[in-house]
Amino acid sequence: MTNDNPIKLPTYLEVPAIKKDAMAGNGPFKASEEVQQGLGFPGEKVDNWQQVAIDKMAETKSKYRSVQVFLDACVKCGACTDKCHYYLGTADPKNMPVARQDLFRSVYRRHFTFAGKYFPILVGAKDLDENMLDDWYNYFHQCSQCRRCAVYCPYGIDTAEISMAAREVMNVIGAGQKYPNQILGKVNKIGNNLGMPEPALRDTLEDLEDEIKDDTGVNVKLPLDVKDAEVLMVTPSADFFAEPHIDGLIGYAKVFHESGVSWTLSSYASEAANFGMFIGNYDVMRQGALRIRKAAIDLNVRRVIVGECGHAWRVAYSFWNTLTGIGSGGSDDYSLRLQRQLDSNYPQPQHMIEFTYDLIQKNKLSFDKSKNDHRVVTFHDSCNVARGSNMGDIKNGQFILPREVIKAACNHFVEMPKNTIKSSTFCCGGGGGLLTDDLIELRVKGAKPRMHALKKTEQENGVNTLAAICAICKSQFSKVLPNYDFDPYMIVSVHQLVSEAIVLSESSDTEV
Amino acid sequence: MSLISIFFTFFFYISVLIFIIGVSYKLVQYWNTPAPLKIPITPASLNTSGVILRYFREIFLFSSLYKSNKWTWLFGWCFHLALVLLFFRHLPYFWPGEVPLILYKTEVLKYSSYLLFFGLVGLLSRRFFVDRVKYISSPSDYLMLLVLIFITSTGMLMTFGNNHPNMLLVTNFASGLITFNWSELPKEMIFMAHIFPVFCLIAIFPISKLLHAPGIFFSPTFNQVDNARKKRHVSDWALNKQEGSKIDIENNNDKKE
Repeated sequence: MTNDNPIKLPTYLEVPAIKKDAMAGNGPFKASEEVQQGLGFPGEKVDNWQQVAIDKMAETKSKYRSVQVFLDACVKCGACTDKCHYYLGTADPKNMPVARQDLFRSVYRRHFTFAGKYFPILVGAKDLDENMLDDWYNYFHQCSQCRRCAVYCPYGIDTAEISMAAREVMNVIGAGQKYPNQILGKVNKIGNNLGMPEPALRDTLEDLEDEIKDDTGVNVKLPLDVKDAEVLMVTPSADFFAEPHIDGLIGYAKVFHESGVSWTLSSYASEAANFGMFIGNYDVMRQGALRIRKAAIDLNVRRVIVGECGHAWRVAYSFWNTLTGIGSGGSDDYSLRLQRQLDSNYPQPQHMIEFTYDLIQKNKLSFDKSKNDHRVVTFHDSCNVARGSNMGDIKNGQFILPREVIKAACNHFVEMPKNTIKSSTFCCGGGGGLLTDDLIELRVKGAKPRMHALKKTEQENGVNTLAAICAICKSQFSKVLPNYDFDPYMIVSVHQLVSEAIVLSESSDTEV
Repeated sequence: MSLISIFFTFFFYISVLIFIIGVSYKLVQYWNTPAPLKIPITPASLNTSGVILRYFREIFLFSSLYKSNKWTWLFGWCFHLALVLLFFRHLPYFWPGEVPLILYKTEVLKYSSYLLFFGLVGLLSRRFFVDRVKYISSPSDYLMLLVLIFITSTGMLMTFGNNHPNMLLVTNFASGLITFNWSELPKEMIFMAHIFPVFCLIAIFPISKLLHAPGIFFSPTFNQVDNARKKRHVSDWALNKQEGSKIDIENNNDKKE
């Protein structure tokens, strides 16, 4: 993949002056009638959509304290205005987090507040008309729900919460987005975002076993649907087919092989990703998560481990215990039924990085780091991991653990500029349900701040490898790196680095 | 009592009443609205003392704002600090009965009005000169700052100019409001011009962005402990869903064997 006209990056990434309507448009493809109905939403825009939308707004703000408080508390200080990668990349003022929220807030004010009802112009209250709905559809699909703005907000106002609420309202009136909704239909029916059925998955895993055997001479297994295994591994389905993801899956398999812990994938719950979060629908999100609960119970596993996927880890770490009882500390029958089965000596669920990190700490893995000596590696903190989760149950563990795993496998590790990593990390530009070709212009522009940081690190430290622990980041970077004159193959899974450096011991397992 | 004194006395009580009823309504609303999911934002606190510490940093130092924008932080922090100091400066007027000696020492705090003025002008100029902030500003955002600047200016003119109203009348009027022992207010226009917008701000508090003050305490991104794996967090409606769920995955055999 090459690009004849790579985008030139400036030495300093300046905050652009606003350029009104720079990203005006019709937004991403709309979901078809069939897709919408599959999720229980109306197939097309309902006749009395305004009323339905206002009612839904009322319901949403009465069910989510975040939405109600965030709509009231903003003082328009402007602290967030230069924090969104989509604003920095497009200069469209409606991509400033507060302006994006204001699309929703102005309607809230008009319909639900005294000032907005009687003095709409004074407080910027607006009716929900066709134009406003078009703006909602366009600009709430230019938010990757990365939460960077929330880190900088003096009240912790999280635009992701508003963007989820707005997408939920739009789905309920029949204006859903094709990409996430179509994928959600596949998960609900088949078990993964790809729509990959069990036989195909089994074939893929067997091919991978052969590949590892050819490469290393060792029988590394990728078990599927093995009852009574110790660990249920739930990973984004991209790990089963996409590059560079698949090399990460090979890495997990090698780590499990070395650990001696028995593990299995599930064909019923072959998806860690949960696009239900992106569309802000509690039921749809819960439905996706419940498949994992069922798989854990059916396979009678003791631990649940999640593969490299950003938002999946947020859903798993922060929401699974609430949604499905996969966790610990429950006191009700529903959660205890599962939690008694799970091993309380380990956090539930656990991230693959935590699993590998623990083994490294206990000296149970050996590495030949020189295998990665051709690489100068930097780490891209994925937004949902960085700002919506933790690892290792230590402060900032989600930043520390992946770096430690990389350093255990590589000799050359460098950081990107400080204001672009850890809690300040920039989104890859493709998160939040935007990883679709109909939004490619947005994706390329939204990647600019990250690409700028990477370019700087390339010039100063000769970085040639970008490691990430998110399936969306990996796909997005593979696609947009050439636009900025980078090698698309420089993006790798953290567990690919592990995979390349890990020293495998001969399998004790004699069957071939 | 003169008509104007009666008006201001009434207006004060009406404003305070609206304030109390309105803010209570909002507090009850926030309190009763569940937070169904754990959504703390980085740097998330792993325990309750971490949450308390976080609030100290946010409320006394505006730490997130500091990280975000140094100018806005400087203006905003100066403004809020001066507001608190000047609150104490005004306490002696309202103090019922004998004023404790310590409150007389607050006299020196009058100089913080310069800080207040500085902060407000800074915040207002950002709305005019930073294109991004200008874009997001509604008329009410300018108006709020202009009103505050007006209050500050009239206060400073009375304190530092040669426009002192009769202080005895001020004290009697103000403390009378607290003790329900109403008396005439000083007739200087500048004094009325000072207190009228203050009473207005008290009244609009619960229907304006001034709600950021109680709102911050209810912000789930700040007040939640990041312990989702260790403790099951379930709100009422989410629990009901679980019990009367239409989604019955556990007993559903939609898997193709």
